[in-house]
Amino acid sequence: MAKTVLEFEKPILELEQKMEEMRRYADNPDIALEIAKIEKRVGQLQLTIYAGLTRWQKVQLARHPDRPYTLDYIGMITKDFVELHGDRYYRDDKAIVGGLATIEDRKVMLIGHQKGRDTKSNVYRNFGMPNPEGYRKALRLMKLAEKFKLPVVTLLDTPGAYPGLEAEERGQAEAIARNLMEMSRLRVPIVVAIIGEGASGGALGIGVGDRILMMENSWYSVISPESCSSILWRSWDYKEQAAEALQLTAPDLKKQGIIDEIMPEPLGGAHRNPEQAARVLKDTIVQELKQLAKIKPEKLLERRIEKFSAMGVWVG
Amino acid sequence: MTWFKRSKENIASETQKKDVPDGLWTKCEQCGEIIHKMELEKNFFTCVKCNAHFRIGSKEYIAILLDTDSFKENDGRMRSGDPLKFVDTKRYRDRIPEAIKKTKLHDAVRWGTGTVNKLPLVVAAMDFSFIGGSMGSVVGEKIGRAIDRAWKSKTPLLVISASGGARMMEGALSLMQMAKTSAKLARLSEAGVGFISLLTDPTTGGVTASYAMLGDVIIAEPGALIGFAGPRVIKQTIGKDLPPGFQRAEFLLDHGFVDMVVHRKDLRQTIAQLLTYIGG
Repeated sequence: MAKTVLEFEKPILELEQKMEEMRRYADNPDIALEIAKIEKRVGQLQLTIYAGLTRWQKVQLARHPDRPYTLDYIGMITKDFVELHGDRYYRDDKAIVGGLATIEDRKVMLIGHQKGRDTKSNVYRNFGMPNPEGYRKALRLMKLAEKFKLPVVTLLDTPGAYPGLEAEERGQAEAIARNLMEMSRLRVPIVVAIIGEGASGGALGIGVGDRILMMENSWYSVISPESCSSILWRSWDYKEQAAEALQLTAPDLKKQGIIDEIMPEPLGGAHRNPEQAARVLKDTIVQELKQLAKIKPEKLLERRIEKFSAMGVWVG
Repeated sequence: MTWFKRSKENIASETQKKDVPDGLWTKCEQCGEIIHKMELEKNFFTCVKCNAHFRIGSKEYIAILLDTDSFKENDGRMRSGDPLKFVDTKRYRDRIPEAIKKTKLHDAVRWGTGTVNKLPLVVAAMDFSFIGGSMGSVVGEKIGRAIDRAWKSKTPLLVISASGGARMMEGALSLMQMAKTSAKLARLSEAGVGFISLLTDPTTGGVTASYAMLGDVIIAEPGALIGFAGPRVIKQTIGKDLPPGFQRAEFLLDHGFVDMVVHRKDLRQTIAQLLTYIGG
């Protein structure tokens, strides 16, 4: 059972609690029968609730405090991870982690946003909001990957690039722009996976690649529903409507031609069964890496530019 | 200007009168100086007293920077397809025709070819007046086509930016325009074709975090607001007042993120000079 329960999950929790209570008297055959009934109802309730999630509810799942983060997945899908630090210009940004890793005998450079799980670690990780040095560290590692002909895997999970005074002084916009350009011409395969929150330029700053994968309950858009609400509705109260309007879920983005593949999550979200979520992530990444390994660098770059060139809808 | 002509304009459209408040006199927002329209225009839409740079559109920039009548526009009628059927307090599909009617533009950028001192150039110029100069599919595609033209014809590229960032009403598709334009710029750069980026007031958000910051040479107009996050958001985040001059062109020059800050009256000369070096 998850530690944090979202509003829409409460009916499930109530039934589960009732069931737990009854289990204490499970030696009574009548009650055992009753438990089996409730168990069935829990299953059905879960199916209906999770199958009918609104976009805003999916945003909440993407932000679930128990959801696996980059380092959790690194622990579950890689071996021999060697973390590398620093951008060589200013400092080591803790909101982006990266290093050499082996995924099923494939050596890769793995880079991802990193959130914290409690107040202390969140302060340490700056809530997963990178400063320019985070993007510059990521770029340094990608260049290293290019040099040693290692494919790059990036995991996206950020509420956005940090909107701070020093971030501006050190060129947040330039750091992101540079990455977009350099990732477009990096001569090794790049697989991008959105595992939680994909908020705007802060996510895209490590999100240009040959294949874009997205977990079922993650979101990816130009702005968060809250900020969108505050700008377009001039109030923070329209986040549900903003989430609907932005069409920011995995199926939405598949329809818009932005992502290539949706990775199914365990019922109720990745945090309900992290190992299962990790297995899907790993299998999908390995599949993609296998395919991409066959393509020559020139062809790869040509296709990468064409991929992003094709995005957009206009008339005339 | 005759007395009769004016009254006819007034009858023509009530809303139009509201949107275009230019009488013959304009007040400088910075120093309060009252300037005659003719004088303002002669002075490149900058204040005669304090040098404040007024916000102007693509049409004015093209007139100021390019050789007379050299500009040939492409894709002038391209407009947004409203891919998400986006609705906030208004429908996006209603916002677009309103903006088109108000600005006489079809979206927030214009692109084409032209010459500066007879030197050929591919130009894209943004219009802040069109939904805050926001970048959706049309802006991304038109900037992309300008880059492609520069790449194919080996002609240097000039992009004049003025934007509040990516356009929310096209969701993630707007975000992807950052990747699209930057990817095409990578190809342009590999081909050794020069790219001059001119930043005007304001250039923020997704435009800054993509093509605007990727120029081989980056020029900013004096006093222009340039940044990733807007000042209001930063102030909210850090809970402190921002220092004077923060995110202004001069601040970026100081911190090493633009090559030069150039007065509007000298832009043409500066660009022409740069083209003699990086014009291929």
